[in-house]
Order: sequence, then structure tokens, then C-alpha cells
Amino acid sequence: MVAVTSSGTAVVTLPADDQILIEREFAAPKHLVYKALTTPELVKRWWSSDYGDMTVADIDLQVGGKWRYVMVTKDGNEVAFHGEYREIVPNERIVSTEAYEGAPDADANAAVNTITLTDADGSTILTVLVQCPSKDVRDVIINSGMEVGMQKAYDYLEKVAVSLI
Amino acid sequence: MVRMARAATTADAFNAVAEPRRRQILDALAGGERPVNDLVERLGLAQPQVSKHLRVLREVGLVEVREEGRQRMYRLNGQPLKPIHDWVKGYERSWSKRFDRLEEVLEELKKEEDGDGGSDE
Repeated sequence: MVAVTSSGTAVVTLPADDQILIEREFAAPKHLVYKALTTPELVKRWWSSDYGDMTVADIDLQVGGKWRYVMVTKDGNEVAFHGEYREIVPNERIVSTEAYEGAPDADANAAVNTITLTDADGSTILTVLVQCPSKDVRDVIINSGMEVGMQKAYDYLEKVAVSLI
Repeated sequence: MVRMARAATTADAFNAVAEPRRRQILDALAGGERPVNDLVERLGLAQPQVSKHLRVLREVGLVEVREEGRQRMYRLNGQPLKPIHDWVKGYERSWSKRFDRLEEVLEELKKEEDGDGGSDE
């Protein structure tokens, strides 16, 4: 367990009803972040977080190329995602589709993820914009079971700053 | 996931705020307590429609009402929004955990690169 250099946390915002934006700064240059994002044996070490072990990380890193990630959760369930690369700018930007194989009509309901790496004084700001085909799909992606209106509700929450926490 | 089938109900905050007009009402009330005719004016809707939306919002506890003379005064109660807040925070936490791992990988890559005198790439 290495001591991490920045104790940043991911910031999640919901810019539109059908989008999720995840942002985090890393104390590493862009090319290394890109490498960690696109090299199968490296992806296997972080992508599944502590939810399980990754058994598959197939990456055909070219426009039109396919990717597929599979993890086995601690209770033995296999969770799989796949997609296709639409745009690749090395060390800068990756646009790909992402389908959750457990969802009905997985490919029709695929999200489009845009990963952007921005240099910030030698550090890298990583953003992942998840563009869903619909609000409902977004909510499924986040496994929420809630239908719509999240961002607005969240906005109100911030704005009103009621005694919640 | 289990709850996805239940789209038609308005019996919780998530559905209550799904309707754009109701969000407008919440927006207006975020600025403070208001009488119903003030809301009617702001939204440009007929009073019965505003009342209908207010009823939905009251049912889930997002809006509270009190009588003041002949006026009914409405105000926002953010408490039912907490599950939505928690949900976003939960999602955020899971990405944070994932990125913590990524950060460990990056630390190693940095060390390797330094050790190699930058021969990587």
C-alpha cells in the first residue's frame, strides 16, 4: 500500500439529464495516465476497484476496434462491459461506446464515454463524460433505479443547503 | 434496479422532481417561502395546474404549506432530496476507489520511468 501523492477524490456531476461527468486530478503526466488507461495488464489492476477481480481486459486500441472488460465480483457474479473505439488521440482523448452486458438491448442502450486528459502543471486532470442515450439509461448505468430529474434535484440540494448532512 | 418498473408513480421525491414544472416550483421556493399566487405568476400557469403540482410536491414532503391570513404560503423542504444526494455521493465514492487504484498504478509507472531515465514512450 503505497502512500498516494494526492488525496484527491473523484467529483461526479450531472451536467444534463442524460450525462454523467467524473473528474479527478492525478499527480502523473498525461502519457502515463493514458498508458494506465489503455494497457490491459494495467487496467486489470485498477478498473474493478475493490469490487472484484478483472478476468478480461481486451483492448483493440484503434478506431472501430473493440474493447471488453469482465470482472468477477466477490460473490461470484460476472459483470461485463464492452464497446467500440470511435476516436483516439493518444495521450489526449478517447471516445468509445460502453455497453453493460447485463442490460436488455445492451448495444442499443450503450453510452458514449469521452475520456479527456488535460495537463495541469505536470499533473493530469482526467475527465470522463458519460453520454447516455436517454435519462433512463443513465439511471440504469448508475444502478440507481431512480427515473429522472437527478441533476435538478441535486442542484436544489446545493442551492438550498438545507440541513441534510 | 428493482425499482425500475415503477416509473409511473409520483410517490417519491425522484419522480416528483422529474416534472419540469415542479422543478420550476422548487426553484422558485428555493429563494424563500411564497404564496401560491406568486407561483402562479412566476410559472405563467393556471392556478389549478400549479395547485396540482404543489399537491404532488406536498405528498412527497418536498413542499410544506401554512396558512397566513387568507394566503397559503409554500416553502421548500429539502430533506426528501437527501437520497438523491446520497446516490450521487455513492457513485462518486465508487469512482474515487477505482481512481485510488489507478493512482497506485501511476506511482509505479512514474518510478519505472524515472528509473529508466525516461526511455519509456
